[in-house]
Amino acid sequence: MIEFQHVRFAYEKGREVIRDLSFRIARGEAVGLIGANGAGKSTVMKLALGLLSGEGRILIDGEELNRQTLASARRKLGFVLQNSDNQMFMPTVYEDMIFGPLNYMVSREEADRRVDEVLARLDLQALKHRHNHRISGGEKRMAAIATILAMEPEAILMDEPSSALDPCNRRLVINTIRGLEQTKLISSHDLDMILDTCSRVILLSEGRIAADGPAEEILRDRALLERNHLELPLRLAGG
Amino acid sequence: MNKMEKALHELTEMDDLAARSSPVHALHPTAKLLSTIAYIIVTVSFDKYDLGGLFPMLLWPVLLFEISGIPLRTCFYKLRIVLPLVMAVGLFNPLYDRAPMLLLGGTAVSGGVVSMLTLMLKGVFCLMASFLLMATTPIDSLCAALRRLHVPGMLVTLLLLTYRYVGVMTEELAIMTDAYHLRAPGQKGIHVSAWGSFLGQLLLRSMDRAQELYGSMQLRGYHEHFHYAPIRAFRLPDGLYTLACGAAFLLLRFVNLGRLLGGLVVR
Repeated sequence: MIEFQHVRFAYEKGREVIRDLSFRIARGEAVGLIGANGAGKSTVMKLALGLLSGEGRILIDGEELNRQTLASARRKLGFVLQNSDNQMFMPTVYEDMIFGPLNYMVSREEADRRVDEVLARLDLQALKHRHNHRISGGEKRMAAIATILAMEPEAILMDEPSSALDPCNRRLVINTIRGLEQTKLISSHDLDMILDTCSRVILLSEGRIAADGPAEEILRDRALLERNHLELPLRLAGG
Repeated sequence: MNKMEKALHELTEMDDLAARSSPVHALHPTAKLLSTIAYIIVTVSFDKYDLGGLFPMLLWPVLLFEISGIPLRTCFYKLRIVLPLVMAVGLFNPLYDRAPMLLLGGTAVSGGVVSMLTLMLKGVFCLMASFLLMATTPIDSLCAALRRLHVPGMLVTLLLLTYRYVGVMTEELAIMTDAYHLRAPGQKGIHVSAWGSFLGQLLLRSMDRAQELYGSMQLRGYHEHFHYAPIRAFRLPDGLYTLACGAAFLLLRFVNLGRLLGGLVVR
């Protein structure tokens, strides 16, 4: 579904943040992208979404990402931003949810049906006509996920989906992510959440893959994690 | 709640007002838009000394405020920052135009004073009409109406996004002023020495957020074309309302209602 082939990227000339990165995420896979601050996680997300362009090849559903294929690739990908305030820019949750489908020429009736279906699935019907400014952080995060689901993407990319949430809302978001059947690429420092939601983990270090394998295996490797400025998930640390 | 958060709250209150229901709210946005534009044009067209003729123009907004259930004091409260600026227009007229124009209880009133009052009233009336339009019509419906009137899409999108973006900027400003006051207790406002960096930071932060927002829009298929809320068809009552308003404004413009009524009483 998402494939990086020898991708390189630098924000400034001579200072590469992504160095010859290659990996492949199969359809339906749930992959956690972990690494210390500055390891390149957000950059990988932005490259996959075509918000940045570097050297090498990025393939979305077998199609190389370029100017011609950008629109069709984006239609297949949904991105949940770390800061939901930056994602929810319409006045109400409903208007935000229909924004994407309408842009993709889905009829208003179909967009309305999707909105109702997604809200019912996430048990968020009460939020439908609420003002984005007046809902809590947890509700906003769930609403942000709902806006992406209403687009019916084939793959969902999430940047720190559990950050700044109380334990109850964090659990709610984790359960929601677990229930999504789409391909998932989740970038996070919350390794417990990654363990709960992903079967595979890609560990980035200075723009390169330091490890790629089953989540249980990588997240249990204390030495590997510590070498990369990370710690064992609390659940595995036995604390 | 700091001042900025209050401002943000007031902004969302406008959306709440527009979401209410009343006969004025139920009118087609295009009808309201056209009648407001007509009102403003007619109001502005009054001669600078025609204070008596201008006064009856107050009837229309006052009547609609009453029907829509929006208190007039809400209008004046929300316009409290703009109103003094409008009132300031023509403030110097009395200095330049000192020729006596009318006698009021034995006191001569100069043309400058009359023109100043006329200009002030024109400004206040136009603001009242604009506020009424915004308070009874959701911004999306208003933009949809503008598009129906063939206003260029780019301009309408700009208007809509500016309206949305005011909230984002106010949020950033609220966060920054909170952070400032937490480290400058007892200080009123932002000290002059910090204005430069404060504004610079605000600009940079706003640009970052704008970039993120735009990215989020692009990722959801946005491509210079906004899908506005669907508005119902323009019906006969909407047309009649627009025509009635237009006719009433023209009547008020060319028939001095105050003088006419005054004449009847004196006779």
